[in-house]
Amino acid sequence: MLLQIVSALGVVVGAVIVCSAYFFFSNMILDLALPVRDGDIRQASRNLNRRAMIRPWLFLGPALFLLVVYLVYPVVATFVLSFYDRAGLQFVGLANYKWAIGDREFRQSIFNNILWLAVVPAACTFFGLVIAVMTDRIWWGNIAKSIVFMPMAISFVGASVIWKFIYEYRGGNDVQIGLLNAIVQLFGGTPEVWISVPFWNNFFLMVILIWIQTGFAMVILSAALRGIPEETIEAAVIDGANGWQIFWRIMVPQVWGTIAVVWTTITILVLKVFDIVLTMTNGQWQTMVLANLMFNWLFRGGGDSGRSAVIAIIIMLAVTPIMVWNVRRANRELKGH
Amino acid sequence: MTAAGSYFKIGPARLFVHLAVLLIVIVWLIPTLGIFVSALRDKDQIVVSGWWTSFVGSTQTVAVRLGTPDQQKQEGAIYVISGNVLEGQGGRAVKAFGNRVQQPAAFKAGETADLGDGETLQINSDGSYRYMKGTAFSPDERPRRIYVSVSAPPEFTVQNYHTVLTGEGIGQSFINSLTVTIPATIIPILIAAFAAYALSWMEFPGRALLIALVVGLIVVPLQMSLIPLLRLYNEIGTMLGQPSKTYPGIWLAHTAFGMPLAIFLLRAYIAGLPREIIESARVDGASDFEIFTRIVLPLSFPALASFAIFQFLWVWNDLLVAMVFLGTDKDHLVLTGSLNALLGSRGGNWEILTASAFVTIVVPLLVFFGLQRYLVRGLLAGSVKGG
Repeated sequence: MLLQIVSALGVVVGAVIVCSAYFFFSNMILDLALPVRDGDIRQASRNLNRRAMIRPWLFLGPALFLLVVYLVYPVVATFVLSFYDRAGLQFVGLANYKWAIGDREFRQSIFNNILWLAVVPAACTFFGLVIAVMTDRIWWGNIAKSIVFMPMAISFVGASVIWKFIYEYRGGNDVQIGLLNAIVQLFGGTPEVWISVPFWNNFFLMVILIWIQTGFAMVILSAALRGIPEETIEAAVIDGANGWQIFWRIMVPQVWGTIAVVWTTITILVLKVFDIVLTMTNGQWQTMVLANLMFNWLFRGGGDSGRSAVIAIIIMLAVTPIMVWNVRRANRELKGH
Repeated sequence: MTAAGSYFKIGPARLFVHLAVLLIVIVWLIPTLGIFVSALRDKDQIVVSGWWTSFVGSTQTVAVRLGTPDQQKQEGAIYVISGNVLEGQGGRAVKAFGNRVQQPAAFKAGETADLGDGETLQINSDGSYRYMKGTAFSPDERPRRIYVSVSAPPEFTVQNYHTVLTGEGIGQSFINSLTVTIPATIIPILIAAFAAYALSWMEFPGRALLIALVVGLIVVPLQMSLIPLLRLYNEIGTMLGQPSKTYPGIWLAHTAFGMPLAIFLLRAYIAGLPREIIESARVDGASDFEIFTRIVLPLSFPALASFAIFQFLWVWNDLLVAMVFLGTDKDHLVLTGSLNALLGSRGGNWEILTASAFVTIVVPLLVFFGLQRYLVRGLLAGSVKGG
């Protein structure tokens, strides 16, 4: 055990040193290769210019390399692979796409994904907003916020274990040790195996993500709410608006932009949701979603890169509008500077 | 007090807010609490009672044997065997007892039970008993078996942690997780900070395009990258005669996947640093490398810290990247991976699952509560600006 820890530490330190060394030495070499000495002024100024041309690419080099190899190239490669057979060798045209449309499991996944997209971002944003408004008004609000925010730190797998325990079912006349069934029993209901009830089990899985992500929405919306000028709310109060009206007519419209950001961020997250479904049901009982279906096809029976590529492309298509919107927004901001 | 605050101050409305928030806090806290409490309970108790009952103690029925006839004493006309059924079990108390397994709680503690054949038995709540008979107990009589329902006080143990840390591979996974996470947190920050500086303060053609590229890549789903990268890793692995699933491989993957957001967040911060500082340093003859390491890096500490926390949580909690690029064999399994494996293999053993889950979430929770302020700042820098 100790040996492992020591070797792990060594590897960790080594990795960081190698990375730092790149920047240090690449810049040093550039300065040595294009010296700026007092002697020849023309030479010196030409070298200075060259340095200024090359140095940005030294700074950007590793980042660009990673972005291209790990994100840009895969997008293209996956697109190409989606037209090839399972081993990625034979061109099959649209066959994989045709398969997808005809596949029952695929349609199930699309349906479930839409369900997730309809429920989770809306629920997180709504709860986040409501909790932000309420906690801003009480003295122990920050403690409450920390607690709601806490699940952000917990892994999806950890959260799944936590909730699986809540949904735990004991058959027959055994005492229920899952909280949900215990409550159901307390009120005279019949305990159920919640995660295997078709259709509704999707919602039991969504609860986990909502539990995790509401804190995120809350923190960001809370900051946006603080940005609302005092006067507008004051004026509304003087005009006799009640709490409900202040919330819907004054607060919500003013933080509309932030709501959109939060909504989109969670939407992207939902499209990638994988861990929760894997650990809770592994897609059984009609809970399959695209990300898990793709993972399954990636490794099922030695893997089918064509079919999994199609599913990846579908996920990509779903985020493309968000991507375009993001880039446009960023461009607008840059020009505004 | 703000204007809106004073509005909510009015009686019932304000009380309602307090109660509603309290309810929310309880709902948000209870799931995690269930895991924490259960992980500290005895494994036999986890399966017979809900964790929420563990604070009030539990009642269990145990079978005990009374003393043997050679312990009997004559008291006047009756013969008595006495002793204590709770011998050596401090803190417990007898609630009830019975002589038949079908009715283990037929008599209350302190009552005198008529067992037939002229025998009576009295058990007090402290466990002391008197077993009485009008005639002498015959020496070849077997010690009598009775059932006692014993209430135990709340009882907690760290045995489960000991089990998972030594026996279930969780200890090894903990080290693996650290080995993955630390470089995968530091390297992207370093690389992204250099890139962010170049994109903020250096003039070169194609800058605007690169910024747009970075922003666009923020939302590219990870799933897109899996297939081509797996192939690439396999090819490189074969070429070098090395296994394709290595730590450097996963560090680079995590670094790359965190890169767009890192550059985006850090660029926003670094571009916002005061122009005068950087330009005056430049006039004094400092090179960009010097400006970056001596001025920008120290000034950017808050942004670096907030992204570091993010990346740390993200990498520590990741399952997908680790499963694909590091594999699922025992030597490389990270914590999330082994927890997922345990769910499959030890699905009903809640003492194992809860303790393991706690081990996986304790580090991120410590980081989270220790550095929450930076984390929130980082979140806000990225999402609200211009929203």
